[in-house]
Amino acid sequence: MNETYSAVAGFAQTWGLLYFMILFGIVLAYVFWPKNREKFDDAAQIPFRED
Amino acid sequence: MAKSNAKLISLEEGGFAIFLVLLAFVCLIVAGKTFDQVMAFHAGIGALFAAISVFLIFKNYFDDGGEAIPAEIDGKPNYNLGPIKFGSIAAMFWGVAGFVVGLVIALQLAYPALNFDLPWTNFGRVRPLHTSAVIFAFGGNVLLATSMYVVQRTCRVRMPGKILPWFVILGYNAFIVIAGTGYLLGATQGKEYAEPEWYADLWLTIVWVMYLLLFLGTLWKRKEPHIYVANWFYLAFIVTIAMLHITNNLTIPVSIYSTKSYIVWAGVQDAMVQWWYGHNAVGFFLTAGFLAIMYYFIPKRAERPVYSYRLSIVHFWALIFLYIWAGPHHLHYTALPQWASTLGATFSIILWMPSWGGMINGLMTLSGAWDKLRTDPVLRMMVVSLAFYGMSTFEGPLMSLRSVNSLSHYTDWTIGHVHSGALGWVGYISFGALYCLVPWLWNKRSLYSLKLVDWHFWLSTIGIVLYITSMWVSGIMQGLMWRAYDALGFLEYSFVETVEAMHAFYVIRALGGALFVLGALIMAYNLWMTIRHGEAEEADATPAGSLAAAE
Repeated sequence: MNETYSAVAGFAQTWGLLYFMILFGIVLAYVFWPKNREKFDDAAQIPFRED
Repeated sequence: MAKSNAKLISLEEGGFAIFLVLLAFVCLIVAGKTFDQVMAFHAGIGALFAAISVFLIFKNYFDDGGEAIPAEIDGKPNYNLGPIKFGSIAAMFWGVAGFVVGLVIALQLAYPALNFDLPWTNFGRVRPLHTSAVIFAFGGNVLLATSMYVVQRTCRVRMPGKILPWFVILGYNAFIVIAGTGYLLGATQGKEYAEPEWYADLWLTIVWVMYLLLFLGTLWKRKEPHIYVANWFYLAFIVTIAMLHITNNLTIPVSIYSTKSYIVWAGVQDAMVQWWYGHNAVGFFLTAGFLAIMYYFIPKRAERPVYSYRLSIVHFWALIFLYIWAGPHHLHYTALPQWASTLGATFSIILWMPSWGGMINGLMTLSGAWDKLRTDPVLRMMVVSLAFYGMSTFEGPLMSLRSVNSLSHYTDWTIGHVHSGALGWVGYISFGALYCLVPWLWNKRSLYSLKLVDWHFWLSTIGIVLYITSMWVSGIMQGLMWRAYDALGFLEYSFVETVEAMHAFYVIRALGGALFVLGALIMAYNLWMTIRHGEAEEADATPAGSLAAAE
């Protein structure tokens, strides 16, 4: 019982944390990449560009 | 007789027709051989619906000679609005029905005589009818209708298929009828928000896969290179609900002639899967899907782009990666291992951030246009929905903590929390979307009456406030009474004493519910009058193009 807990908690507190931080980092990099700015500004206008 | 220029029946029409004919026969056989009266009734309904659908497919084919509907007219997309219109009306119908049933069960709690001592009208059967009617029938039709609308408009393309969109919307509503009548007749899996029995689940799976294909097909055909953020949220909603629904309903029926089935796992595993399902039904049905509505309808109504498109992307990925872990907080102090319950609580706390990120993104869309709240009750409704979203997504993580949960769980506090999210957030954003959508769909200049929207807004807001405040007081009181000990270590109150103490709050809650129902009736009248008597848009306007002039 306790071993299961420590094994899972150990895994979650190291690899789990790393996994989420890396994912978050990738999303932030994608979002703030200077070249993407224009694309996102343009995308925000999509609802107003309809026929 | 006109010279026949009829084309061959299309693969889509033929395929659906064959499938539905086979289904009708299977239903007839089951209806004839079953020993279970509920199954006989449902199989009969299934056979009838399938047969009518086949008739409609062929009638439609003979009426238009199999002529393909143009995807574009004069270079503009020929949007498919029929199924969306159906979904909007169905949403309003089920909404009123579901709210009324909710009012009935609220009164049953205050005045138990209203159970009438009949099995069909007992609280235990009517309560799932209420939850399913408001979540799946009202909310589901709002999501189906708006998703079909938003994905077509933001991809600037007609959704694929002639039968497929109708199959999705009608098939979904057939599921609602089967599920709802099943509850009243006693067919239930007994799992919250997953009550429908195996045959209804199987049918929903078919409909849902078709819905996914329809949505993906529209994205595939898109003329707009970028997929607008609302569509990401809709897609996450569709995919995740498919995954949740299938996993939580891996049941084996006792016999194909029986309504009863058993899940393949048991005990705490079943409980964990159920609440993994249950919480993500909240996360992906009642949150992701309605956030999609927020990201389209609030910018449209406020006539300004979303505050930060970048934040919307972070919001999306953070929300979908975090939500899926929060389920175990429903099972604190049960047979579930403590680490699992801690994990659920931890992710619930982390979820606060994406939730509020999304809320801020929606609210700040109005920056520089706050004056519109004064003049436009529809926009006000949607903004207040975000305030309720912020409030309930703050309250939720708080309640997911074991120490708070030990007081709040099994009490009315939970009911109050759910309703601040359901009435305030999901209800109001849906009302706002329907108030926008109906004039667009029926090509009307505006709503029949903004004044009635104002009445709807204030009546139901007072209703919600009465509801949640009475449940806070009642719930916390109930929790405190349960854990009160006297000097000798005995429980201070018997259970029935807590029930007695809650009576006044149950009456206040029912009053709040009555105001909410009244608001919804005003809305139904307003939308109906908009469709029937609203002032038409310019004759040359494209369908649903009411905002075109503002661009």
